[in-house]
Amino acid sequence: MRRALPWILGALGVVAVAALWELYKWLGPADGVVLGATAGQAGSGFRILPRTGDLNMPHVWDMFERLAAGNGPGTPPLWLSVLAAMGVTLGCAALGLALGLVVGFALALLMQRSRIVEWGVLPWVIVSQTVPLIAFAPIIARIGSQIDRGGFPWPGWLSVAVIASYLAFFPVAVGALRGLRSPDAIHVDLLRSYGAGYGQTLRKLRLPASVPYLLPALRLAAASAVVGAVVAEVSIGMPGGLGRMIIQFAQSASADPALPYGPVFGAVVVGLLAAGSVALLGLVLRNYRRGEAVA
Amino acid sequence: MRFETKEALAAVPAVRAVGVEKTFGKRAKAVGALSGIDLEIAAGEFVSLIGPSGCGKSTLMRLLADLDQPTAGTVEIYGRTPRQARLGQEYGIAFQQAGLLPWRTVVQNIALPLELHGVSYAERAERAQRLAEMVGLADFMDRPPDQLSGGMQQRVAIARALAEQPRLLLMDEPFGALDEMTRERMQGELARIVGQSGAAVVFVTHSIPEAVFLSDRVVVMSPRPGRITAVVDTPFGRDRPETLREEPAFFAKVTEVREALHGVPVERANER
Repeated sequence: MRRALPWILGALGVVAVAALWELYKWLGPADGVVLGATAGQAGSGFRILPRTGDLNMPHVWDMFERLAAGNGPGTPPLWLSVLAAMGVTLGCAALGLALGLVVGFALALLMQRSRIVEWGVLPWVIVSQTVPLIAFAPIIARIGSQIDRGGFPWPGWLSVAVIASYLAFFPVAVGALRGLRSPDAIHVDLLRSYGAGYGQTLRKLRLPASVPYLLPALRLAAASAVVGAVVAEVSIGMPGGLGRMIIQFAQSASADPALPYGPVFGAVVVGLLAAGSVALLGLVLRNYRRGEAVA
Repeated sequence: MRFETKEALAAVPAVRAVGVEKTFGKRAKAVGALSGIDLEIAAGEFVSLIGPSGCGKSTLMRLLADLDQPTAGTVEIYGRTPRQARLGQEYGIAFQQAGLLPWRTVVQNIALPLELHGVSYAERAERAQRLAEMVGLADFMDRPPDQLSGGMQQRVAIARALAEQPRLLLMDEPFGALDEMTRERMQGELARIVGQSGAAVVFVTHSIPEAVFLSDRVVVMSPRPGRITAVVDTPFGRDRPETLREEPAFFAKVTEVREALHGVPVERANER
C-alpha cells in the first residue's frame, strides 16, 4: 500500500489536469477571457484564457479517440505513427544523452583534477547554455554536412543527437564535478594514507561518492536531451520524429483540432521514459545513495 | 648493508623526530605550527600528545603520517621516511570522525585498505571478520555505517586502522566526538586491543584522564609556536584495569599533567 501510494497520487494528478481542462471547457466563457479589449474592435486586448470551443480546446476523450483512428480509410491508426516517431526521437535523445554523459563526465574529471582547467573551462560550460538552441541547431547541421568527406553522408539524426547532447552535457558536467569534489578531507587523507593513487581514489572514493550528485543531474540531462531532440528536429527539419510531426499536425489543427495532441502525448511519454530509466538506474545504485538525506 | 638482529630491530624506534619545524603560509605571514620538536617513541610504546587547540599536536601527527611535510628537520618511522612508511603500510590511522564510506558495510569498510593493496578476497573477508569480532561488532558485520552508533563507527575505524597489522597506530582524537561513558569504555577496549597487537601508538587527545589512563608517556605541548613543554611518564604497566581510574597514583599523574599543561602548580582545594 505504501509503495502504491506515489503511483496512485501520480495518476490522480494526471486525472486532475484532465478534469481541470474539461471543467474550464464546460464552465468558461465561449470567447475565452480577454483583458483590455476595446468594445467592437476584434482582436484587441490580451486573451489570457483560450476560447472553449472544440476547435481550440478539444475534449480529452476526443484526443484519445483521434489517437485510435487513422488518417483516412485503410490507413493505420494515429498511435502507430506516433509510436514510430517516438522511437526516432527517443533514439536521438538517448544517443544525445550518452554523448552528453561522456563529454560532461570527461569535463568534470578534468576540472576536478586541475583548478586551472576548471577556471578555464567552467565559464565556457555555463556560457554554452545561453546560446539559443534554435539558432545553434542549423549551424551544427551545416558543420556536420561539411565534415563529411568519405562518401558517408552526415545523417540528420546525428545532428539531432549532437544538439540534444549539447543540452544534456551541462547538468552532467556541473553535477559530476560537485560529486567528484564531495568526499570529505578525511576520506581523501585516509586514501592517501593507504598509498592509493589517483586511479584508486577515483574508483573507490570519488566515483561512488558522486552518485548522489550524478543521479539528479542525469534526470535533468535526460529531460533536456528529449527537449533538445524535439527542438532540433523542428529546427533542422528532420522528418520522422515527434518534433516534425507536431509542426505538421499543428498546420492541420483547424480541420482536425485533436490531431496535434497525439505527438504531444508522445513527447510526454518519451520524457517519462527518459526520467524513468534514470530512476531505474538510481534503484540499481541505491547503495551509493546512503547518507543522501544527511548531506 | 646493516645486519639487523631481532634485538637491533627492536631497538629501532617507532618514531624519531629531530628538530622538526612546520610553518604554514608565506614568509611574511608565516605561522609557526611546530618548532624544535624532538621526539622518540619506542616500538610498542603508547604515547599521548596533549595540549590546547593550536599547539600543533594534530599537525605533528599529520607529519608522521606523511599527510603534510615538515618545513625543516627529519621524521623517521621505524628508520624509514614517512613517505616510505606510508607506502609500506607501516602505520594505521584513525581520526576524530570515523570516516567510514557510507556505501560499504562494516566488513567492507574494514577491508578497504586490504582491497587497495590487492589482498585476495578470501583473505580479506577472513581478516575483516576477525577484526570485526575483535572490536565487538560480530553481529553488525553486514550493516551499513548509518545503522551504527557513533561508538560503533569509531570501533570500525579502529579495526580498519589495524587491518594491515601495522607496527604503529596514529590516532587523532578518535574518541573526541563520543559521550563520556562510551568514551571510557572505548578507552578500556583500545588498551586491550593495542596490548594484543603490540603496536606503538601516537594518540592525540584533549583529555588529561584519557591520556594518563592509556599512555606509557604523555607529551605535553603548548601553542605559538607549537612545541613540547614537558613529558610525563605514566608507568602503570600494560594491563590497565578500570579500577586504575580510582587510584591515588592515577590522580597524582593527572595532576602532574595538568600542572605541566598550565605551566604552574595547580592549587588544590584542600591545600588552600
